Amino acid sequence: MSKTYKIGELETVALADVSFEIKKGEFVAIMGPSGSGKSTLMHILGALDKPSSGKYFLDGENMAGLSDDELAEVRNKKIGFIFQAYNLLPRTTALKNVMLPMVYADITADERRRRAEMYLEMVGLKDRFFHTSNQLSGGQQQRVAIARGLVMNPSILLADEPTGNIASAQAAEIMEIFRKLNREGHTIIMITHEADIAEYAKRIIHLKDGHIASDGNGHRRRKI
Amino acid sequence: MDFRELAIESLSTLALNKLRTGLAILGIIIGIGSVIALVSLGQASQKAVESQIQSLGSNLLTVMPGSAQSGGVRGAAGARTTLTFNDAKDIENSPAITAVKNVSPEYSGRAQVVAGRNNTNTSVMGVTPLYAQVRKIETAFGNFITERDVTAQTRVAVLGPAATADLFGEGINPVGQAVRINGQTLRVIGVTVSKGGSGFQNQDDVIYVPLTIAQKQLFGVNYLSTISLEAESEEVMVQAQNQVGYLLLQRHKLSDPQEADFSIFSQQDILETASQVTGTFTALLSGVAAISLLVGGIGIMNVMLVTVTERTREIGLRKALGAKKKVIITQFLSESVILTFTGGLFGIILGVLISFLFSVFMSFAFVVSLNSIFLAFVVSAAIGIIFGWYPARKAANLEPIEALRYE
Repeated sequence: MSKTYKIGELETVALADVSFEIKKGEFVAIMGPSGSGKSTLMHILGALDKPSSGKYFLDGENMAGLSDDELAEVRNKKIGFIFQAYNLLPRTTALKNVMLPMVYADITADERRRRAEMYLEMVGLKDRFFHTSNQLSGGQQQRVAIARGLVMNPSILLADEPTGNIASAQAAEIMEIFRKLNREGHTIIMITHEADIAEYAKRIIHLKDGHIASDGNGHRRRKI
Repeated sequence: MDFRELAIESLSTLALNKLRTGLAILGIIIGIGSVIALVSLGQASQKAVESQIQSLGSNLLTVMPGSAQSGGVRGAAGARTTLTFNDAKDIENSPAITAVKNVSPEYSGRAQVVAGRNNTNTSVMGVTPLYAQVRKIETAFGNFITERDVTAQTRVAVLGPAATADLFGEGINPVGQAVRINGQTLRVIGVTVSKGGSGFQNQDDVIYVPLTIAQKQLFGVNYLSTISLEAESEEVMVQAQNQVGYLLLQRHKLSDPQEADFSIFSQQDILETASQVTGTFTALLSGVAAISLLVGGIGIMNVMLVTVTERTREIGLRKALGAKKKVIITQFLSESVILTFTGGLFGIILGVLISFLFSVFMSFAFVVSLNSIFLAFVVSAAIGIIFGWYPARKAANLEPIEALRYE
């Protein structure tokens, strides 16, 4: 698939004929310098944007033909987002943040509460349910975001520079959580420009100037 | 998300910025409050006029001389001097007039009245005893003017309660005391019961004297300013009007009703004119209040637009997590409707309070119609939807990527 942006007369090619397949249960890192098109790719994979040409199939369904509201439903049910800036609701408790995607899926309040508590416990925030976002450290906020990403049990966990704003000790903790989730069968796509973070993944796709420069196994310096 | 959850969520969002929320609400409070207050003041003054006119009696017809005309210039109505005591006598005695029960010839003028050290400028009415019947006047002390007083030109006066208070003080029985009007000394023989009214239409600020005294001793005229007629019943009002009209045309030797030098009003006519005037005033004031409500609505829109811009990232996140357009619109609309609804509620309280204070301090009637309260609720909700719609739609149409990137 390709993606071109038009700003006035100027056409910018962000992605040029990128084609690949990610299977269920994979842990993929997408790497590349800034301007390589990795954010654009992540937006398309996350159903936040549509390719200019080409097709994107998620669980066998072509995303190109969907309306805005249908894409919203895809994002809600099939994609768990983890953003670099965490993007939690400010002045809102961890519990409420994790419950947010379930609100849009019309899940009952009791069930929302039960699931949110379960996933917050899973990421080790059992004693932080009622802390608001600004009372949590960067690593804790990112763990809330992971719990929020998992709570709808999505097909893909999509992480955009998940350790970009976090101290390296906490970054390692976050990556251990990712690895554990992958072992449990979650498909994870992670975008990063840090090589040591990418090495947690089993497969690394390198992007350069909108093309795939390389696609192969990680260095497996750490044993999986 | 059900209705209750939505309301709680909106309330907690609005509570985050209390000052801004409060100021936005204030605009609606002032708008709704002034509409309620002005509408109820309008209704109160309408009621006051109606009850005042009705207290004069519903069978009442008033004959007034027409406007004086010299050359092509038409003067003020009532300025002609063609209505005489004999006209009144004829109306009473003519066999052609069957629908009129009582005839009361009147002359009224204003004069400075002195009693001891006090004096007041008041309306002096020259009347016959029938005036009390036609206008439903009763005396609190003493008696009203008698037939003998009129024929013998007795120097007596009956005071209205307001005139009594001005000349002798509140709650004093002045019967037997003397008053001086235009150099003539008259003995007070009675005080009437209050008929209410205020300002220029105060029916209590008056002094009644025998008609002959007023005409010959006080004002030196030989005509009447009005003739009041009491019809036999409400049903024959029109008939009475026609009978008296023809008789007076005949007496004044006029063949064309267009040239009549008098006019005959019923209370209904006066009531209609008066309610038309107060109605116009009410509409005008309500219009001004509605403009302030509109300004309040624009204030809400402004605040909602600021909120949408400020929360662009949040909206982007919500959309990324699967919020559909309808959900975002509902969220923002519910916030603006809560703003206007709260404003409407407090506005109603403010408006009712204002009209209550008016009723206490300005002796207006306290009228608050359920209609205007219900309307205020509907209007405030509608303003929330109308002025919240554009910002809410703007929020819902944000592109999630752009919104997430927004700093």
